[in-house]
Amino acid sequence: MSDHHADHDHAHHGSELSPIEARVRALESLLTEKGYVDPASLDALVELYETKVGPHAGARVVARAWLDPAFRARLLADATPAIAELDIGGRGGEHMVVVENTPETHNLVVCTLCSCYPWPVLGLPPVWYKAPPYRARAVIDPRGVLAEFGVTLPETTGITVWDSTAETRYMVLPMRPAGTEGFSEEALAALVTRDSMIGTGLPKALPVEPVEMPV
Amino acid sequence: MNGAQDLGGAHGFGPVVPEPDEPVFHADWERRVFAMALAMGYTGAWNLDGSRAARESLPPAEYLASSYYEIWLKALEKQVAATGLATPAEMESGRAAEPAKPVVRTLARDGLEDRFRAGFPSSRATDAPARFALGDTVVARNIHPTTHTRLPRYVRGKRGRIVRIDGAFVFPDTNAYQAGENPVWLYTVAFTAQELWGESGDPGGTVTVAAFEPYLEPA
Repeated sequence: MSDHHADHDHAHHGSELSPIEARVRALESLLTEKGYVDPASLDALVELYETKVGPHAGARVVARAWLDPAFRARLLADATPAIAELDIGGRGGEHMVVVENTPETHNLVVCTLCSCYPWPVLGLPPVWYKAPPYRARAVIDPRGVLAEFGVTLPETTGITVWDSTAETRYMVLPMRPAGTEGFSEEALAALVTRDSMIGTGLPKALPVEPVEMPV
Repeated sequence: MNGAQDLGGAHGFGPVVPEPDEPVFHADWERRVFAMALAMGYTGAWNLDGSRAARESLPPAEYLASSYYEIWLKALEKQVAATGLATPAEMESGRAAEPAKPVVRTLARDGLEDRFRAGFPSSRATDAPARFALGDTVVARNIHPTTHTRLPRYVRGKRGRIVRIDGAFVFPDTNAYQAGENPVWLYTVAFTAQELWGESGDPGGTVTVAAFEPYLEPA
């Protein structure tokens, strides 16, 4: 695969470039020569979205909401300023909506038309989120999709699917796992997975402590 | 447009296949395409709605056969050519044959992170009153524009309820073509799964879309 070769050092020179690598390189050279882009800015964008922006930010928001009822209320009422309290925000998250899972309602986020996703809290979307199977089926067969992610909900839990068709961006506030009383914000955040904030997963289960049974 | 991008409810694409420990990018060229698309968008030669319109107007077979960043690349090349920033021959050779065209701005390295962490809001002020109120029942219009729209086919003609008034926003259907931001009210509309999918809809299931006011009419 081309992405395998791309990771090799390029001691073999340009002749080893795949067609798409050559095409992208030509485009970057041209746009740079014309002064439309600066390669240093491109590097900075890649660094920002590959190494700095990611689901650890969303996990902080969720953990704070689990610990602080006043923050949770602000988050659910008007998410963008509440998230900004944690110095989180930016492109793809200008108009945030946070939806809360309850025993009655499970929320699932999709973008059937393209790949809209709340970048500042979750980072860039995974391939499956952008690919046709998820975009096609999340709205018509959410229970089937959840089953493929290993999530089975009670029949009595209704599913609300949020199709991101405008610039509003959705993040799920999952239910706080039982047995986490007294956990610090950091310990809670470690339980929050990316998928639990999309709605295709649940927070990590607590490790089960071995219990010594009396003989 | 009723293009290949409008996937909601389609059958036959198979299971969702998550990749364990997925990297953010799968090849270096993807990094460059991602960054070039953002940086070229920043020049003001087009806007995000225009980029979506360019991506979804790929021929359906090609759209579905292309990877995500291949779609971005093809759309970017199309936009560069359409705006006259460079010719297809220049893109082929990677060398400028004609002088650059002026752009509104370019993305400088300094302050880049702050700009992207501040974001680019698309909410706008409007003097127009909102036509619909919370709780109103509405019907998504049965429209089929051949141009860019954000009303997915699977809700057209269906009856839903206004569950949130999101404010006034740039209207993608005109903004995509540099034909004006035309701010309009945006609503979150909830449809029952059975309204959308008949008997096969999950009982108790709901699907919401964010719908611009021109997409809706009173029930």
